[in-house]
Amino acid sequence: MNEKEKVIRVKNMYKKFGDFTANNDLSFEVSKGEIFGFLGANGAGKTTAIKILCGLSFPTSGEIKVAGFDVYTERESVKRNIGYMSQKFSLYEDLTVFENIRFYGGIYGLSKAEINSKADELLDKLDLQHARNKMISALPLGWKQKLAFSVAIFHNPEIVFLDEPTGGVDPVTRRQFWDLIYDASRAGITVFVTTHYMDEAEYCDRVSIMVDGKIEALDTPEKLKKQFNVDDMDQVFLSLARHATNIE
Amino acid sequence: MNRFIGFLKKEFYHIFRDKRSMLILFGMPIVQILLFGYVINTDLKDVQMAVLDHSKDEYSAEIINKITSSGYFKLTENLESLEEADAVFRKGNVKVILVIEPDLGKNLIKNTAGNIQILTDASDPNTANLEVNYLQGILQNYNLEINRGKQTPLSIQAKSRMYFNANLESVFMFIPGIMATILMLVSAMMTSISIAREKELGTMEILLVSPLNPLQIILGKVAPYLVLSFINALVIIGMGYFIFGVPVLGSFALLMAESVLFIFLALSIGIFISTVSKNQQVAMMLSMFALMLPTIILSGFIFPIRNMPIPLQVFSNIIPPKWFIIILKNIMLKGVGIEYIWKETLILIAMTFGFIGLSLKKFKTRLE
Repeated sequence: MNEKEKVIRVKNMYKKFGDFTANNDLSFEVSKGEIFGFLGANGAGKTTAIKILCGLSFPTSGEIKVAGFDVYTERESVKRNIGYMSQKFSLYEDLTVFENIRFYGGIYGLSKAEINSKADELLDKLDLQHARNKMISALPLGWKQKLAFSVAIFHNPEIVFLDEPTGGVDPVTRRQFWDLIYDASRAGITVFVTTHYMDEAEYCDRVSIMVDGKIEALDTPEKLKKQFNVDDMDQVFLSLARHATNIE
Repeated sequence: MNRFIGFLKKEFYHIFRDKRSMLILFGMPIVQILLFGYVINTDLKDVQMAVLDHSKDEYSAEIINKITSSGYFKLTENLESLEEADAVFRKGNVKVILVIEPDLGKNLIKNTAGNIQILTDASDPNTANLEVNYLQGILQNYNLEINRGKQTPLSIQAKSRMYFNANLESVFMFIPGIMATILMLVSAMMTSISIAREKELGTMEILLVSPLNPLQIILGKVAPYLVLSFINALVIIGMGYFIFGVPVLGSFALLMAESVLFIFLALSIGIFISTVSKNQQVAMMLSMFALMLPTIILSGFIFPIRNMPIPLQVFSNIIPPKWFIIILKNIMLKGVGIEYIWKETLILIAMTFGFIGLSLKKFKTRLE
């Protein structure tokens, strides 16, 4: 497990829908434990790319390996080694906190004993032990979000994909959420995150910016700012996205 | 396998914790059966009756008197000829016409038999059937009365004729009809809504990203409804049998097998609806308009298919419950075996495969 281990390798990935090219020749690599920001305006092709990396959709062409497995032929293994969280937080409102944990642990094949001990650990860490038997619908948004993230990495995946995980959440809660992301990254989980918030882009180790289906920039936030000669990521993003034609 | 059981558990939580689901699942069948059952069994009171008395003797007068004093019937018109019958029924107030043959008294004494004809407006078949039964009961009582102490019994024979719906097709129809409606509702509508709900909440994405394969997800979603629908089928048949005396003349096993087949069909329709609807509302609307209304109106449940305009008769062929109702009717009321209903059974099987195929195709295009 050296520092340079690449858990995502994408080489010349194309995805076409008829005449429309959603992903145009994407190539990038993500290292283990890295927090990789995947940015782009709506319609730039982010969602399409994430779906391919998660094994929900096949690419038109290209070489793609996720967690060391091929997305064409080893989808089951890919799925077993990733976690996923969307902006909807995706917990069952009519199940309790513990039932949600147990359900998601169960579908990843964790044993009962594992689920019980890890659930306790998790609830202690999130300070949610008192809400263990409460329905999700009774929890505030911030708690749901943290819980959804913890559930997404409950089975210790190699990579966790976060699709705009902080949508609709206040800045303080967002900041707390990012603490969880750092924890996961320190524990060796690679974090692949899309976001609309440019301040969040600054928290990433590296950032890629997609415009019209292509990756137009890929580097650390510092280097990108230097390269475009601007003060923050917002301006980096704007100077790139200004030329886009596919914005919804 | 453990994964799958966990999944099933979660599905049952969803169902048992949702009051609306529980109400639809268990409240509705019972309420529907009781409603339909008791609507059929209501007592008659002051039914308007016309009389065409060709005899006009003491016997006919007494018979009319007996009937009107029963409280069930009220004499409103005296007719002069049979030609008036149609017009009287069409006006709608008079539901029964009693036709007494000429020289009823003489015939009774000379031939020991007199004839009375009962004409009913059978556009409401259930009531018509009741009216005939009541009238025949009254006539029988009268018959006993006049025979008291006589050596050769005199008999008044009442023959009935139903206007507008001669075969009285829908008397026992409510049990097969409710069965088709409830199974359709529970299986198709509830599954489609429950799958659409996962899509709407974004949990479907999580499930698809998980190691569960799509087949397991679908099976997990439909299995609880298969079980619950089957229980519903048993409850409906049981209530029909024990409360309303609707018989099961044919093989019970065959009846259950056909029910399971229909549940499968309804589930596959539910899955199909969920593949074409984005959220619960769309799934609900589609189920309501594409399933429930045709099931109730075009399947022959309430309105006889024979009386529909030709285009609707043709259209009714693609309504799955129509075939299921025919099968149920045949097994329950006529007691026939598979040799008489294999055609309908094949149609249901073909429809099931059709919908599963369509759903698979839809699902594949989404994955590409």
